[in-house]
Amino acid sequence: MSDIQTAPLLDTVEHAASTPDVEQPWAELGLKVDEYANIREIIGRRPTIAELAMYSVMWSEHCSYKSSKIHFSLWGENTTDEMREKLLVGIGENAGVVDIGDGWAVTFKVESHNHPSYVEPYQGAATGVGGIIRDIMSMGARPIAVMDPLRFGNLHHPDTQRVLPGVVAGVGGYGNCIGLPNIGGEVVFDDCYQGNPLVNALCVGAMRVEDIHLARASGVGNKVILFGAKTGGDGIGGVSVLASETFDEGGPTKRPAVQVGDPFAEKVLIECCLDLYAAGVVDGIQDLGGAGLSCATSELASNGDGGMQVELSLVPLRDASLQPQEILMSESQERMMAVVEPKHLDEFMAITEKWDVEATVIGEVTDGDHLVITWHGEVIVDVPPRSVAHEGPTYDRPLARPAYLDGLNAAGTAELAKPESGDEIRAQLLTLLGSPNLCDKSWITDQYDRYVLGNTALAQPDDSGVVRVDEETGRGVAVSTDCNGRFAKLDPYAGAQLALAEAYRNVATAGAAPLAVTDCLNFGSPEDPGVMWQFREAIRGIAEGCRFLGIPVTGGNVSFYNQTGDVAIHPTPVIGVLGVMEDVSKRSGSGFRSDDAHVYLLGTTRDELDGSEWAHVIHKHLGGLPPMVDLAAEQSLGRVLVEAARTGVVEAAHDLSEGGLAIALAEACMRHGVGVTVDGLDQVGADAEGNPLDAFTALFSESSARALVAVPAGHAAEFEAMLGEVPHARIGVTGGRDLEVVGHFSVSVAELKSAHEFTLPAVFGA
Amino acid sequence: MRVGVVTFPGSLDDRDAARAVRECGGEAVALWHGDADLKGVDAVILPGGFSYGDYLRCGAIARFAPVMDALVPAARGGLPVLGICNGFQVLTESHLLPGALIRNDHRKFNCVDQRLVVENASTAWTSDFEAGQEITIVLKNGEGGFVADEKTLDTLEGEGRVVFRYVPDAEGRNPNGSYRHIAGITNERGNVVGLMPHPEHAVEEGYGPSLDGRGFFTSIIKQTLESAATA
Repeated sequence: MSDIQTAPLLDTVEHAASTPDVEQPWAELGLKVDEYANIREIIGRRPTIAELAMYSVMWSEHCSYKSSKIHFSLWGENTTDEMREKLLVGIGENAGVVDIGDGWAVTFKVESHNHPSYVEPYQGAATGVGGIIRDIMSMGARPIAVMDPLRFGNLHHPDTQRVLPGVVAGVGGYGNCIGLPNIGGEVVFDDCYQGNPLVNALCVGAMRVEDIHLARASGVGNKVILFGAKTGGDGIGGVSVLASETFDEGGPTKRPAVQVGDPFAEKVLIECCLDLYAAGVVDGIQDLGGAGLSCATSELASNGDGGMQVELSLVPLRDASLQPQEILMSESQERMMAVVEPKHLDEFMAITEKWDVEATVIGEVTDGDHLVITWHGEVIVDVPPRSVAHEGPTYDRPLARPAYLDGLNAAGTAELAKPESGDEIRAQLLTLLGSPNLCDKSWITDQYDRYVLGNTALAQPDDSGVVRVDEETGRGVAVSTDCNGRFAKLDPYAGAQLALAEAYRNVATAGAAPLAVTDCLNFGSPEDPGVMWQFREAIRGIAEGCRFLGIPVTGGNVSFYNQTGDVAIHPTPVIGVLGVMEDVSKRSGSGFRSDDAHVYLLGTTRDELDGSEWAHVIHKHLGGLPPMVDLAAEQSLGRVLVEAARTGVVEAAHDLSEGGLAIALAEACMRHGVGVTVDGLDQVGADAEGNPLDAFTALFSESSARALVAVPAGHAAEFEAMLGEVPHARIGVTGGRDLEVVGHFSVSVAELKSAHEFTLPAVFGA
Repeated sequence: MRVGVVTFPGSLDDRDAARAVRECGGEAVALWHGDADLKGVDAVILPGGFSYGDYLRCGAIARFAPVMDALVPAARGGLPVLGICNGFQVLTESHLLPGALIRNDHRKFNCVDQRLVVENASTAWTSDFEAGQEITIVLKNGEGGFVADEKTLDTLEGEGRVVFRYVPDAEGRNPNGSYRHIAGITNERGNVVGLMPHPEHAVEEGYGPSLDGRGFFTSIIKQTLESAATA
């Protein structure tokens, strides 16, 4: 019946060849005039509407990285052979894979789902989690944990009341139901994200080295199988433009371009895929995410050694009225595509049946080098797959250092009023502890299951999430994501390196040796030369920083157009660092555990308050230059922290970042209710003339490459022997129920907690 | 000592429950929702998760799974059964236990380290505890509010069938609005126990808030070994 309905309207390849002058909706689909001309040149005729649909989504900024990829050569140029040694799969696949030892491989990646989460917070965030999990699954791995770096506008803005609870419920709703522990992430508030909240999602997966799977279609005659959920009208054009009226007025394209998630379907899909991998019946595999079938078919074919033929009418549909071009563009969730040898087909189908997962052979691998898609036997797509998947446009967009930067960098914090008395410092500490970025986030993180799978050794609010991979030995990984957008605004090169340094330090603080990096580069419009300059600087900062630290970038994501009108977000290059531990049960937590432990501050403290949380909260000020980057110091510090955890000489280790030493001390006290007496504040750092820093600066400076550790008295000598060249000061001793800074102020841990825990429930309810 | 762990589509803590059984010295046997076959196990755990997605009422579909056709009569005949979280929901839907679990009163999913009081230390799953003992294990659910009519609540209390209660906070609130702070209950015979918190997440040093969950598994293992010895 649908044959009769669609046949007269069907825009076949043959029809396209004979009607070269038909007006086509390339502009509505988000293509530029020269891009459309380029498509006509590639295929030697006008594209069919189905081909146009495919090119439009695959050549979108989101899929093709057309504004960013010219800068990606910086990754390669800064990756040494030594860095590649542990890299089993690098940038360009669904996710990078690193060797963590003992035959185990770990894959991890962070992606953005920013725009959908602003439009529809719950589903946007939920499908962001679902999408990154499928990327990890498609490498052959069992997903083992997720994390979510989130950024919102002003906590007290009415729209934040709409966006934040929806995003958090979506992250939790999907992740909890799929059964993955959520082990960390970030929650940051800043006015610059008011119209452009950032919802980034990270997933980690583990597998045996020999089980790595790749997205490629090879072997003529092998079957192409679509399995998982049925295809519906949701998410059409999600990666390019919102639904276009040109396709079919009143039809399913009117639906929002945000996808709708079904975590149960994805949970079943995970178990089904793992059974399929274990049975050895999968030759190539690809998830369906952004750009749906357009992406999966063209990427699989492009990565393989042959062509592919697909009969699109075989795709199981939720909505029988969908047109072929809509089926190609749909971003319906919980779908995968596999390439399977004919001899394994029966076993493949038996496994999918066991899990009640619908699986349909929709095509096969062919010889030749064309992707041919038919609709009831008539050819509607006949293209070179590389031209769709990998040979999209590349833009060398103009870039220019923004003119405002000189003024911004000149307006530092030197002139700001600083607290002088102990009472004033105490009051500002409590204000900071309750401020949106530093307050207790358990209203959010308690909505996430951090225990499922039974391998979580550390989760929020500790510095890193730590999970066991090998249940026999305890070998596992630590992951942290970080970025201070204010620092990146002041200097995107240094800001990106500071984000890298902080994530590296957080992983080391837990006791894991940093191994690899993923990044989610959230920026404004690439058509703004100032934004493009920020982007280039940030990539350069990350790539050169990674080279120095000797850890490769394994993959990630670029999100542009996080901008409302002329106002872009702060450049926000979120960095995820993954580290490895031989036995994760030896990880260091961030809180003081017992009385009478020696408290050390490691690293160098300078007078660095520009861009600090203190300036932001107390003075609503942003200006000056970010703290100095010292990657050599990060490395030395990291070595000490890893060694200290391995040998068990520390009982707590905590990274210093936003809010400096004061906040780190308060957090370490609140974690388990153990106080501290600080009598060595005068040993914390010196100013440019070599004089000791004043108490306020010592407490609130945000100098990098620092950590706080607590060492039981019996281990102090052993610990000090490990320190080598790392600057250190013994600043106090744990115990009691107060945070006391001798000679300045004292505050009970209970008062710290009440200031810390009040903020989010006051806004969102208990 | 063989303890079956049922996997429904959407079960999440099944591997954790099996690990907990092994950690405490038992043998874990995987049971499949689609098979009405208990494989001759000595006890069964219905694990946490979202069976069949739980898009309807939690546990409402799992109740009709083929494995339940075998499990319900066996439980009525005395087979020890522990329902954790979603498993508790399945037990109430199956009428092996009274009452129902509804959405948390604060309407959010909630994952916390929760203090409980063991009220009944004579069930198949709690004999290694002492009555009145306080334990801390993980609580994590969106629909954990235990409700029942007054008569049922009175009966449960009167017959000593409230097995666990939440330790209320300073304002006298429990974490999900459960009536009379009830966290877990048992049937008349004491072989079927259901609770919302997760003992399987508190059995290994370094992974979870405590080792308090071990008591559930050591209880059933010891009891089965003893009854085998006397049989």
